Amino acid sequence: MLERTGIPTDDDLEKIIPGKKRLARGPVVIIECFQKIPCDPCAISCKFGAIKPFKDINDLPQVDFTKCTGCGICISSCPGLAIFVIDMNYSEGKALIKLPYEMLPLPEKGEVVYALDRAGGKLGKAKVAKVLKIKNKTNIISLEVPKSMAMKVRSIKVEDKNNER
Amino acid sequence: MTDIAIIGGGPAGLSAAIYAASLGAKVTLVDDGLELGGQLIKQTHKFFGSEKQFAGIRGIEIAKKMIQDIKEYDNLEVIANATVTGYYEDEVITIVQGVNGDILKKLKAKRIIVATGASENILPFVNNDLPGVYAAGAVQTLMNLYGVVPGNNILMVGAGNIGLIVSYQLLQAGIKVEAIVEALPRIGGYLVHASKIRRLGVPIYTSHTLKEAYGTDCVEKAVISEINQNFEFIPGTEKELEVDTICLAVGLSPLSDLLWQAGCQMKYVPELCGHVALRDDNMKTTKDKIYIAGDVAGIEEASSAMLEGQIAGLNAAISLGYKCDNYQEQDRKLKEELKELRDNPLSEEIRRGVEKALIKEGWD
Repeated sequence: MLERTGIPTDDDLEKIIPGKKRLARGPVVIIECFQKIPCDPCAISCKFGAIKPFKDINDLPQVDFTKCTGCGICISSCPGLAIFVIDMNYSEGKALIKLPYEMLPLPEKGEVVYALDRAGGKLGKAKVAKVLKIKNKTNIISLEVPKSMAMKVRSIKVEDKNNER
Repeated sequence: MTDIAIIGGGPAGLSAAIYAASLGAKVTLVDDGLELGGQLIKQTHKFFGSEKQFAGIRGIEIAKKMIQDIKEYDNLEVIANATVTGYYEDEVITIVQGVNGDILKKLKAKRIIVATGASENILPFVNNDLPGVYAAGAVQTLMNLYGVVPGNNILMVGAGNIGLIVSYQLLQAGIKVEAIVEALPRIGGYLVHASKIRRLGVPIYTSHTLKEAYGTDCVEKAVISEINQNFEFIPGTEKELEVDTICLAVGLSPLSDLLWQAGCQMKYVPELCGHVALRDDNMKTTKDKIYIAGDVAGIEEASSAMLEGQIAGLNAAISLGYKCDNYQEQDRKLKEELKELRDNPLSEEIRRGVEKALIKEGWD
């Protein structure tokens, strides 16, 4: 359970993952935020009103998936690094995941890195499609993964060639 | 002579200073650090809260902004690298300044706002005096201020926000965090912090604590153990971890010595993590001229500390006759914002604690 492990359960995730139809239509946001805390930058950042404006600063984010374009501007706004964008329509066999990343070194475009699950376990290797440097230093990595892994991969491990620990 | 002496230049003290100075009060800010900002200058993570409370901005950036802001006021003086050692009935505070403490100053202040923050708690365990045992604040200072890593393999004790955030910062510095142990059955800090550390491969063991550390000249090994609901070790559940550093993030206590000495009425409030001064909703203590703000008023976090600082700064200045356009409105807004920040299940204890420490109207 999330409170004991820090890992959201399938039940937790079921509440926030958009339906199959919406997923099939292309990029869409997944907000893995399950605890009421005073925090609203995601709703402020969304220019489409897809993350509904908060009535109370402690509200959980509510997403109108019909309005979400998957633009990903909310990803780096989140202090909790809890926002991802998934594009199940990316290519024939692959999905694209945009994830927040605050580690160094940053991978390069085209580099192959380890794809990690919510417990940091290595799921396999995946290609970095894009690295978007953001001014607030929460950079955004776009990662190509098999479609079956799109709801499992949530981080990456870059092999540090200069500083192997 | 100054109107308001503010003791402590962290988020609460800086906020109080800026607010009071903006109303025209002569403010003297006394801080013991080499630079202002308190804990903010080590906070490399983005803040929660709302836009008004700098949500999404990293603590280090907030400190820079506030330090810039105080420079705008000619009526705001900073005495840095200085410790306030006492408060006397004739409105005089005594200040010891300098690295060697060889400068002694006296300052008369019509009001004082005590924003001295907190000190870190320590944990009793076998060999807790070995080099390599740190408090989390010390690790943050070493890493984020001075660019020095404390070790290579770390055990973090405590999964509150500080334990989680410092673990993340250690990972960012390229250090291996072997595990986080938490004595309580659940993670105390924000779960989003916990999740972001988990997905980088750090296990979090709840209902576990540190039993002992081993090492000849420094920490070489730590033994952790599962504990039952009475916090007793469960035999046979011990695990050995090869670590060279143990980082303690086991809570903070209000740094309230000055308030004791000044004769404020104090109360032990476990929800606020120690002895705190009783205060009214303007953050005024039982002493008419003494206000409090931030962790010294009860352990919370920087966003609420900044709001308490603003409330104290505003009301201390008003009490001296300084004018604020629509004071009632400003005062109400700040108090409402603070109430909203605490209006979530995680802040339930804080709300209960604040209630216990609050002097109700008509208390006189």
